[in-house]
Amino acid sequence: MAGEIPILQIGDCLLVSIQVDMHDRLAMALQDDLTVRIVESRARGVMIDISALEIVDSFIGRMLNNIAGMSRVLDAVTVVVGMRPAVAITLVELGLTLTGVRTALNVDKGLAMIRRLIDSEGDESARRA
Amino acid sequence: MRQSVHTIIPNLIEQHYQRLLNGWLACQKRDGMIGGQISEDQLAEQARRFLAEVRQGVAGGHFDDISGPEWDSTRSLLDTVATERAVQGFSPSETAIFVFSLKEPLFELLREELKDVETLARETWAASLLIDKLGMHTIEVFQKGREEVIRRQQEELLELSTPVIQLWDSILALPLIGTLDSARTQTVMESLLERIVSSGAEVAIIDITGVPTVDTLVAQHLIKTVSAARLMGADCIISGIRPQIAQTIVHLGLELDVVSKATMADAFALALRRVGKAVLNRAQPKPNGE
Amino acid sequence: MPVEHSETMPVTSSDDVVRVRQAVRTHAVKAGFSLVDQTKIITAASEIARNTVDYGGGGTLLIELLRESARRGLKLTFSDQGPGIPDLERALTDGYTTGNGLGLGLSGAKRLCNEFAVKSTPGSGTIVTLARWR
Repeated sequence: MAGEIPILQIGDCLLVSIQVDMHDRLAMALQDDLTVRIVESRARGVMIDISALEIVDSFIGRMLNNIAGMSRVLDAVTVVVGMRPAVAITLVELGLTLTGVRTALNVDKGLAMIRRLIDSEGDESARRA
Repeated sequence: MRQSVHTIIPNLIEQHYQRLLNGWLACQKRDGMIGGQISEDQLAEQARRFLAEVRQGVAGGHFDDISGPEWDSTRSLLDTVATERAVQGFSPSETAIFVFSLKEPLFELLREELKDVETLARETWAASLLIDKLGMHTIEVFQKGREEVIRRQQEELLELSTPVIQLWDSILALPLIGTLDSARTQTVMESLLERIVSSGAEVAIIDITGVPTVDTLVAQHLIKTVSAARLMGADCIISGIRPQIAQTIVHLGLELDVVSKATMADAFALALRRVGKAVLNRAQPKPNGE
Repeated sequence: MPVEHSETMPVTSSDDVVRVRQAVRTHAVKAGFSLVDQTKIITAASEIARNTVDYGGGGTLLIELLRESARRGLKLTFSDQGPGIPDLERALTDGYTTGNGLGLGLSGAKRLCNEFAVKSTPGSGTIVTLARWR
């Protein structure tokens, strides 16, 4: 349980919806708790919904990158959904790149993307076998 | 340089006011000022007010400088006249004639009153100088008025010319038209991003067929918009790149890190593939009407 | 440029960083900024506020709402008594480098503002001034 940020499980995906203006402790707690939950639930996908965030600064950006990096190591894909236009424009100006973070417009598309990524990965391994 | 000039002009205007006015209006009529968008009455009214202002102005004694306080209300009147003319679509000459045609009746009066050639020359020069200054002020204000009209029209044109169109589920098109200035481009791009969110589009086609030139600033805005769309989870295709624009882009050393197509049709075809759709031919109807 | 309104607040903890964002938002709305401009100045403020807390040992923020005839602006002054910024020029010109909070904070924030100035001497603290115009 990441303090005030609930982590939901939908099938083999974890869904995090960030509703509050996070202070640093909360962000760190989220990263830690997600790591634990991914392992516990054997999740293959992590979806972070930032549609309620009006501000994404470099700290939050780094947090998203960290989550993506850490879940990749744990064999899960990360998709960030719901980025607001003003936020996107500001991030571009800020020069921040979300490395290893895929993005989708909303939760539906995000889940579909995770599905595609996980499935194609399965094909990949099957082909190699 | 503001010095009081001793001249008979203030007296002349005072004494022969009506005659001056009539003569002036006659000149304007002759030079084609009336009959267009300004009625004779309107023109007469403006002329009356202007002459009254000039009378006040010259009474102050400063002929060579119309920027002083005694000319404030005169300039203000000219500003109104010039701006009105600008909005109504008159030419600069037509507007200036309003002031310049005052010379003829005024010079006539001077010739009648002054027999000494020296004095006549000096007074005529003073009158000419004054009217020239007033005329030039009028033209300058007119010019500003025209620029304002043009600016407003440009804005309105851009308003009309940047709709965001939904071509298909998940595919948007933004046809850009006309010269884009920095501020306008930003607003347009922002509304594209908003539409992407509200329509859930996965691909946005930005068509620049109607953009005559792409300079560094516009290109940078395009690139930033594409990057922002990607961050949000949508992708962009630029279409309508004309050969000259392609050359400018290379010449400016711009890295357009986005797929670009020559035509909107090509871009649409690509967009369809990207969202997993295909266009098929309908089955041909059988000859016996089955 | 005449100051229409001003407010001072402490910037010493990560909770303060959240408060800074909220305060800057309130003032940006008062100044009539568009949504995108609001987002830019608040994000820039968030970057600098973080630096003030993490590297400056805590400090203060002065928010000034400026107005000159039709033009309105927001000016933010962050000051701290910390160790100062070593190699200021590099910190300002570096692009985003992962892990280096300072590098991004300054150069990124600069891009988001109309005016940006840093005065920092090792040993006597740092003053960062940002401004955004409507």
